[in-house]
Amino acid sequence: MVNNLVSDLIRLSATELAAKLRAGDVTSVVAVQAHLDRIAEVDGALNAFLHVNAEEALAVAAEVDAIRAAGGAEAEALHPLAGVPIAIKDLIVTKGQPTTAASKMLEGWMSPYDATVIEKIRAAKLPMLGKTNLDEFAMGSSTEHSAYGVTRNPWNLDRIPGGSGGGSAAAVASFEAPLALGTDTGGSIRQPGAVTGTVGVKPTYGGVSRYGAIAMASSLDQIGPVSRTVLDSAHLQELIGGHDPKDSTSLPKTLEGLVAAAESGATGDLKGLRIGVITELQGEGYQAGVQARFEESLELLKGAGAEIVEVSCPNLKYALGAYYLIMPSEVSSNLAKFDGVRYGNRVLPEDGALTIERVMGATRAAGFGDEVKRRIILGTYALSAGYYDAYYGSAQKVRTLIQRDFDAAFAQADVLVSPTAPTVAFELGANDNDPLAMYLNDVATIPANLAGIPGITVPGGLSEDLPVGIQFLAPAFEDARVYRAGAALEALLEKSWGHTLISQAPAIDSASIAPKA
Amino acid sequence: MSNYTDELVDFDVALEKYDPVLGFEVHVELNTKTKMFSDAPNAFGDDPNTNVTPVDLGLPGVLPVVNKTAVEYSILIGLALNCQIAERCGFARKNYFYPDTPKNFQTSQYDDPIAFDGWLDVELEDGEIFRVEIERAHMEEDAGKLTHMGGASGRIQGADYSLVDYNRAGVPLVEIVTKTIEGAGKRAPELAKAYVAAVREIVKNLGVSDAKMERGNVRCDANVSLMLKGADKFGTRTETKNVNSLRAVEHAVHFEIERHAAVLDSGAKIVQETRHWHEDTRSTTSGRPKSDADDYRYFPEPDLVPIVTTAEWVEELRSRLPEPPADRRKRLKADWGYADKEFRDVVNAGVLDEIEATIAAGTSAAVARKWWMGEIARLAKAADKEIADLGVTPETIVELNSLIAEKKINDKIARLVLEYVVDGEGKPTEIVAKRSLAVVNDDDALGKAVDDAMAAMPDVVEKIKGGKMQAIGALMGPVMKATRGQADAGRVREIVIEKLGL
Repeated sequence: MVNNLVSDLIRLSATELAAKLRAGDVTSVVAVQAHLDRIAEVDGALNAFLHVNAEEALAVAAEVDAIRAAGGAEAEALHPLAGVPIAIKDLIVTKGQPTTAASKMLEGWMSPYDATVIEKIRAAKLPMLGKTNLDEFAMGSSTEHSAYGVTRNPWNLDRIPGGSGGGSAAAVASFEAPLALGTDTGGSIRQPGAVTGTVGVKPTYGGVSRYGAIAMASSLDQIGPVSRTVLDSAHLQELIGGHDPKDSTSLPKTLEGLVAAAESGATGDLKGLRIGVITELQGEGYQAGVQARFEESLELLKGAGAEIVEVSCPNLKYALGAYYLIMPSEVSSNLAKFDGVRYGNRVLPEDGALTIERVMGATRAAGFGDEVKRRIILGTYALSAGYYDAYYGSAQKVRTLIQRDFDAAFAQADVLVSPTAPTVAFELGANDNDPLAMYLNDVATIPANLAGIPGITVPGGLSEDLPVGIQFLAPAFEDARVYRAGAALEALLEKSWGHTLISQAPAIDSASIAPKA
Repeated sequence: MSNYTDELVDFDVALEKYDPVLGFEVHVELNTKTKMFSDAPNAFGDDPNTNVTPVDLGLPGVLPVVNKTAVEYSILIGLALNCQIAERCGFARKNYFYPDTPKNFQTSQYDDPIAFDGWLDVELEDGEIFRVEIERAHMEEDAGKLTHMGGASGRIQGADYSLVDYNRAGVPLVEIVTKTIEGAGKRAPELAKAYVAAVREIVKNLGVSDAKMERGNVRCDANVSLMLKGADKFGTRTETKNVNSLRAVEHAVHFEIERHAAVLDSGAKIVQETRHWHEDTRSTTSGRPKSDADDYRYFPEPDLVPIVTTAEWVEELRSRLPEPPADRRKRLKADWGYADKEFRDVVNAGVLDEIEATIAAGTSAAVARKWWMGEIARLAKAADKEIADLGVTPETIVELNSLIAEKKINDKIARLVLEYVVDGEGKPTEIVAKRSLAVVNDDDALGKAVDDAMAAMPDVVEKIKGGKMQAIGALMGPVMKATRGQADAGRVREIVIEKLGL
């Protein structure tokens, strides 16, 4: 009986759990412990967490419970999500917990400061369950490029959970956490969301402060929510968003009305909404099963009153190329600070003189994995004198053209729609020797980062027993629109299935996986 | 080191054959309360690595935020240098690995400086005006400070280990770059000194920098090249880095001209390189070769948004500009009534502020000049220091002057007291008291000394009685001797006259 109650507890959405906490039906300590127990049960198989923060999470939960029990003004002032546990992608710095960016470079490093989003989470008293796995420094689409082992997809343990935020997505998909934070530079929230049957949002660039997110590519990075429902993501984005004087690129105005938009979308009424289907982001290169689920979704949207229009963004064919010049260029500069001089690992050369150049070289040779090195080398080359104009310069021009394509598309449509990823989760190791194949998995998500616009992924059904994601995009600052469209599709699909997609995920057979090496 | 030579060609000989071409990069540290991109204090002299935030250490996840005051100061400098102010400009990243640079890139303006196309009229010692064209003034951040331990030279080569202090990392800098300066001829070293002095004066006058060269608030990189007279192509230049006093700027340009001439005369080529300045030997040595291979992989700083300067903002700042130093000089010269040469000497000695303050404190213009250009200048020369660095303040002069007026000391002792002030013994009043230097005008003591002198020299007394008043002078020697030089000569004279009933 008690076991049943607890197993029910971890399956609640964050919004539902928050309501139960507020109503006094359950305490935060019990809820947090239930999630910690789930982590203990399944994370040996999944490896979604790099660090579990049990003691602090339970302490925060107890604090929330005490405030609620005491009642009065302080209880009234609690954030609606207070006491609901959350997992943090290990690219975001936290005091009191290690932050590694899944790199050997930062093994054992403790940040002396909190990211702005972490300050907000602490202020709202969401117990932090721990730090989730990712591709090293967020570089990858499979979480296979972590220095601390792969994360497995809860739907099929032989499959990748997407990346770079595979840890956050797998944690939420496997009921280890109802909420998580991700970062999205080229799809690192949305593509893992798609392949794990969860919801993830990349807000408008500047909608959420980047202060304390270890920079991969500054002009593309954005922190966003990961959850099992659209409404939960809306709540979390409202919590973490808003202007931050510490981030010069953060928007002066807070993006509002996200929860209201999600609630309105959930009614399934889309009359008057113009939805643009992007010619270039479907069809060839997209698996048949993915394309089929996408087309079914379009039918449902049409049935709910939306007007479906076809739009063309001809420059999207250059998006991947531009992304793989701009992103590595910024990476090569952003990651220069990791040199062993001030913090993190320092590796001495095995022989020869201990000059600063040689110590920096040995540290970086040992501290970075192959994918990180690959991108640093690419970016260093792209920024070199004599190549800058042809590579970085041209890529920036493409970026402008893509922004113009989106401007034109949004003149015809309120939101755009596409499959989130061209394939379902691929098998672990499938792309080990073909980085370009992995890069292609982000073909549909990268354009939003280049244009700075918001995007959401919602579960769109299964293909080969694996989740397919549907992506909505909206103009910059119009994050509310992706929540409305996303919540509508979520409601329409669940109505047609008679259940949520995530409820169909198979039980995780921990025994099938050898303990992580 | 291929062109290293100890040979020099005499300066005047070199200038008969070659024309020098100059260029200067002057770095000015701004005296904002906080750093360029963080809220860490911008302060000098604190314990190492105390004025740092996560941003200054380049910790993972941090982001820069532009200091608005630093931007305003930069615009003020641009306006004072008669520059155009960019309507829109930004920062770039200059990428290079060095442990004094916490992010391994310097955030600096690159191809869009905040101020550009200006000029500065530089007044040479004889009053001639030389116009220096300003290419640009741009904002950047300073690096930390490395101290190399062990090894003989204090340089990184040969050091056992190095210490790094990031207090200076992120301090706002404005780099002022001139266009190439031709036509200075033999006056090149003098112009170099005068240019840097003029820049220092402007930023000090604006109040945007402490402008202390000895603290590195103002640092000059001097570019020198020579071209054969009549040639139409510039020679290869060298850049002498971090020349940190006005005299050193002058000497460095002088030295490089003599060295370049020797290299060129020998048929060798000048290597484009940075040179290190050595104050002890007043010479430069080869530093790092500078070549086109230096690739800083500049690209626009993606963590910052562009700086937009509205016309209203710039005009508001322009209205804040203080009186330009040249205008001020014109006004002071008229107010003080100094002759042309007198005033020029005062300007060249760099004591305009000191004299102005001394006069403001109640001293006459003539007396102020007498002190600063006389005894104080002599002491500075003897100590081989800048006058301003002697430690003499306007208050010192006011104090000395009132001690003289009160007849507590005489001129001769005042000069002695000044020497003790320079030696760091304290304020004049304290020194007079401590060293018992007060003039003896105690009538009893003086009366006795006068009686003794008159008794010893009856013939002199007779002469005085006979009306030869100048004979009183002969009594002064013994009286001064008896009072160890501290007698007030005027009072001695009065006592003699009283005693003789004249």
